[in-house]
Amino acid sequence: MFDFVQQLVNGIAVGCIYGLIALGFVLIYKATEVVNFAQGELMMLGGFFAFTFMTLMGLNYWIGFLLAVICMALLGSAIERVVVRPILGYPQFSIVMATIGLGFFARSIAGMIWSTDDLKIETPFSESVTENVVRIGGLVIADDKVSIIVATVLLCVVLYFFFSRTRMGVAMQATSQNMLAAYYMGIPVKRVFSMIWAISAAVACFAGILLAPSTLIHTNVGFLGLKAFPAAVLGGFGSIPGALVGGIIIGVIEALAGFYLPQGFKDVAAYIVLLLVLWFKPEGLFGLKMRKKV
Amino acid sequence: MRFIFKTDYDQDIRLLKHSGYWWSYGVLAFLLALAPFVLGGYLLSQLVFVYIYAIVGVSLTILTGFTGQVSLGHAAFLAIGAYTAGFLQSLGVPFVVYFPAAAVITGAVGMVVAIPALRLTGIYLVIATIAFGFIVEEVAARWEAVTHGNEGMRVRTADLIAGINLPRDEPGFYFLCLGTLVAAIVLALNLARSPTGRAFMAIRDSETAAKSMGVNLALYKVKSFTISAAITGMAGVLFAHKLSFISPEMFTLVLSLEFIMVIIIGGIIGLHGAVLGAVFIVMIDPFLTLLKDDVPTLISSLMLAFGAAEQTAAGVASSIGDIGAAPGMKGALYGLIIIFFIIFEPYGLYGRWLKVKLYFQLFPLYKKATFKRQKTYVKSERNR
Repeated sequence: MFDFVQQLVNGIAVGCIYGLIALGFVLIYKATEVVNFAQGELMMLGGFFAFTFMTLMGLNYWIGFLLAVICMALLGSAIERVVVRPILGYPQFSIVMATIGLGFFARSIAGMIWSTDDLKIETPFSESVTENVVRIGGLVIADDKVSIIVATVLLCVVLYFFFSRTRMGVAMQATSQNMLAAYYMGIPVKRVFSMIWAISAAVACFAGILLAPSTLIHTNVGFLGLKAFPAAVLGGFGSIPGALVGGIIIGVIEALAGFYLPQGFKDVAAYIVLLLVLWFKPEGLFGLKMRKKV
Repeated sequence: MRFIFKTDYDQDIRLLKHSGYWWSYGVLAFLLALAPFVLGGYLLSQLVFVYIYAIVGVSLTILTGFTGQVSLGHAAFLAIGAYTAGFLQSLGVPFVVYFPAAAVITGAVGMVVAIPALRLTGIYLVIATIAFGFIVEEVAARWEAVTHGNEGMRVRTADLIAGINLPRDEPGFYFLCLGTLVAAIVLALNLARSPTGRAFMAIRDSETAAKSMGVNLALYKVKSFTISAAITGMAGVLFAHKLSFISPEMFTLVLSLEFIMVIIIGGIIGLHGAVLGAVFIVMIDPFLTLLKDDVPTLISSLMLAFGAAEQTAAGVASSIGDIGAAPGMKGALYGLIIIFFIIFEPYGLYGRWLKVKLYFQLFPLYKKATFKRQKTYVKSERNR
């Protein structure tokens, strides 16, 4: 029973990262109905930027964090301008492929610039494993895990209110439903696009930095992005709380599968769940059911 | 310019529409038949890979180009074909039996995959096929009784019929691959002009419209997946024999992406695209080697010939060599190529060829807008 709870907690921590990456997908999807397959790579770049600012330039953790997030936000809107905008309005598959290409490119370029070794950054949460833990009863949770959980929940809450309460958030939802109508209503659609890419890249940067203590920074971190798809689908693509809940469920299932099932199931558990969700409830837990039109 | 005077309805669907086709394809067939006796081992080997990639390209053209269903899991079908060949061969089954058997088994798997895929469109289908690819990869790594797991498995030379071998570097195997490719292309062409193919295209253009015209969506999507998977399975058998060794890490998402790149680069609008794209993809590796080895020396000697200082020439040469040799160069190149084609050449190489051809056919009157794609901002794909 104790093992079970410990696995559950570990699963939740991992799941929060999936949720955070899934949040990036969901934001872009919610606002522009584009799926960004390079989200994992944006996260990787965020980690590398943080490494540059914190370790190479020796800045304070929080300043480095802020600078990395700003850089990623700028990069996000630059990507939108260069790669995504020219193919807007074409079938979704074009954008899917373009972002996959972008992911390839980012991974290789990052490897060339920062080398393909494992890099480390000094964070307030990872200095020594024995001291920086939170104990609840007999449970042991490392500080970096706690930081991930807290940051993810905070980000989700902030973004949820951004989308449902602010003018810009509502404008983004309108853009997602019908770009042309939104444009007629005076919504600056282009600005919405670059803004949402900036936000999404910034969220990816958050994920990359929070993840750095537990997985280190290397070029293949981006593949975690593929694990976030099941999370986004499970939560219902386009729902912010859904991304978080989906991520946590996937993380927990993965942790439990790794603990109780034979070897090998851990890696595919997320995808099996994904196929089951798509088979039985394609709109996900929190998704809206849409009616078909010609 | 050629004017075709049509006197018969059959002319519209004839495969070889006029005498020009006989000439051009005749010359091509002659050259390809001559190739194994003229080309060296390396080029011949590359050509065989072109055929294998092109077979997968044809299968993807049927699925994606005709039916509009995107799959990023075709490496999994290739793996199933390859492992079927390897496993049945180790049981002593002859090639003539396991070659079609691999197609049947892969087709059956494709059918099973298609059933959950029926309800999915757009990105959901992409994600589901990626998931399928991962699961097959994992199964290949774990099901050691059949696949020998991560150690991989040897695939011996194909025995065509008792005693006749097809070593992987000999013309015999070359013609086997070429024959399979031609068969796949003819199958796809015939499919495209049959009611089944027209139903596929109707589904691609509008599912709701197709449904209201009486097209059974489920049936035809399953058919499309099955045919596509079966063809890929055959390519998998050839792939296994060509490499003579298969292991799970060959059939990753990257391979699926290479297959999708084949049809994007070649052009999704026709079967020519599958072949052109395969040539392009297979040539990337030799091109990078060239960039690493030959181009730097060539450029430095050219610069020396034009009177540049020896040091600058050597510097330029080494920097070009570095670019070619940089780790991950292939990935960066792949990324750039995908983005370039998606943005600037959405109909691929074949589309460019059609544009050039039309330009000369209509010489002073060619309009750029002929090939312009329509942008739709109104339709939300979520509501489709």
